[in-house]
Amino acid sequence: MNSLHPHVQNVLGCIVLLLIIATIVTTVLSKLKGTDKYRELVLRVQTWWILVGVFSVAMMAPTKVAVGFFGFVSFLALKEYFSMIPTRRADRRVIFWAYLSIPLQYYWVADAWYGLFIIFIPVYMFLFIPMRVILIGDTKGYLQAIGTIHWGLMTTVFCISHLAYLLVLPESVNPNGGGVGLVLCVTFLSQFNDVAQYFWGKLFGKHKVVPTVSPNKTYQGLVGGVLTTVTTAYFLGPYLTPLNAYYSAIGGLIIGLFGFIGDVTISALKRDVGLKDSSQLLPGHGGILDRVDSLYFTVPLFFHYLYYLKY
Amino acid sequence: MARPLQLLFFALIIRPIVLIIIGLNVRRHQELPQKGPAIIVANHNSHLDTVVLMTLLPLKCLKKIRPVAAADYFLKNKLLAWFSREIMRIIPLTRTANGATIEERLAGVFEALNHDDILILFPEGSRGEPEKLTKFKSGVAYIAEKYPNVPIYPVYLHGLGKSLPKGEAILVPFFCDVMIGEKLFWNGSASAFMDKLEATMTDLASSGGFPSWT
Repeated sequence: MNSLHPHVQNVLGCIVLLLIIATIVTTVLSKLKGTDKYRELVLRVQTWWILVGVFSVAMMAPTKVAVGFFGFVSFLALKEYFSMIPTRRADRRVIFWAYLSIPLQYYWVADAWYGLFIIFIPVYMFLFIPMRVILIGDTKGYLQAIGTIHWGLMTTVFCISHLAYLLVLPESVNPNGGGVGLVLCVTFLSQFNDVAQYFWGKLFGKHKVVPTVSPNKTYQGLVGGVLTTVTTAYFLGPYLTPLNAYYSAIGGLIIGLFGFIGDVTISALKRDVGLKDSSQLLPGHGGILDRVDSLYFTVPLFFHYLYYLKY
Repeated sequence: MARPLQLLFFALIIRPIVLIIIGLNVRRHQELPQKGPAIIVANHNSHLDTVVLMTLLPLKCLKKIRPVAAADYFLKNKLLAWFSREIMRIIPLTRTANGATIEERLAGVFEALNHDDILILFPEGSRGEPEKLTKFKSGVAYIAEKYPNVPIYPVYLHGLGKSLPKGEAILVPFFCDVMIGEKLFWNGSASAFMDKLEATMTDLASSGGFPSWT
């Protein structure tokens, strides 16, 4: 076990404080106004406790184990994806190879082999999957098969693995919190942004942004959420990352806007295949995909923003 | 000696594979029986069906669970026969009559029910084509008639035929949906009972809205 950077400890402490407040508020609300209406909210907060606990333990582990933890998150997300989309019987073995790209991708991460990490899935898996599908020889639904399999790899493996790569970036550049500080910053801001957009939407929501995809998303929620995230990033960024307050606020803007896009992209996917939740793994939230939906946009964008500026 | 071995096998190998590699989405888990005598009736697409059903009940119930399985397949060589009898604790069933009466062929099933065991039964009789429901054989009605007080739990499994279909050796992870129906009892006639059972199964299957897999 590694001891966490003091800045990371303090931020985790604040998150626990937020969770305590959320637990008290949801419990009181469900006691006062009847359980049914707030049951999902209570469940959601309970699951948050578990998620924060698992995340904190994973971040205390040696770096290579923490990288493996994100590999496991990718595996769960990819499995949910493959289980919800229509796949062809003929592609069973292709899907097996797609799973095998997870240990490879996270090996490049653990090895801090940036060159291969950044092209393995966009180039090599992109070329390998159609090759493997062709060798099976079923051309009916060919384009859909290669398209859907690669899209799944890009979102659940390539994008999420950027989170793990933050852990292996040179520690010396970020004395404010090291790799864990970066991971905590982008994860917290993304998830906090989701919650903030939800609350602003519940309180003032009126004009829908994309009614056909996600009827609960409103301009009021989006703007309120983004402003909350920018403000939070302005203070949190300099504390956990090498970015100054000004650049952190821009990072917060990127996370706020594109967290929303990630969220509705997975909503669109679920709507396309006719499901409400990607699975029931996380009570009150749905599946892993429902929880990491915003991350798959925010993490690579934040990563490359930071990488361009500082590494 | 097989009992601790069975417990270890399920606790250390089967449960991690079923719960982590495959992953279950169980609907109405609380409907399942915690004690026998009871019969769990499920559709059959994969060798994984039996171990998933055995994982649905807590480990302390393991010693009571008895899958009914084809004698010609699971006893075909010594190693498989040992594994089937001692670890999976199957009740072997001969699939062809060969002059034996149905009473004789089901003797092991009756004995287990008399011991308050929980049986697992696949009335389709074979794994068949992946993710397709075929006609049920009526042996289950015969058992229900003889044991009218034993509850029968219809369970529909979806996804395992994708993970490990008949004739494939590589497990490819897909989530498994487990839909548990309301328990049934003998209702007076074999054809009415089979109709009810098959209708329940078809309803469970369509309630998931699963796309066909071709």
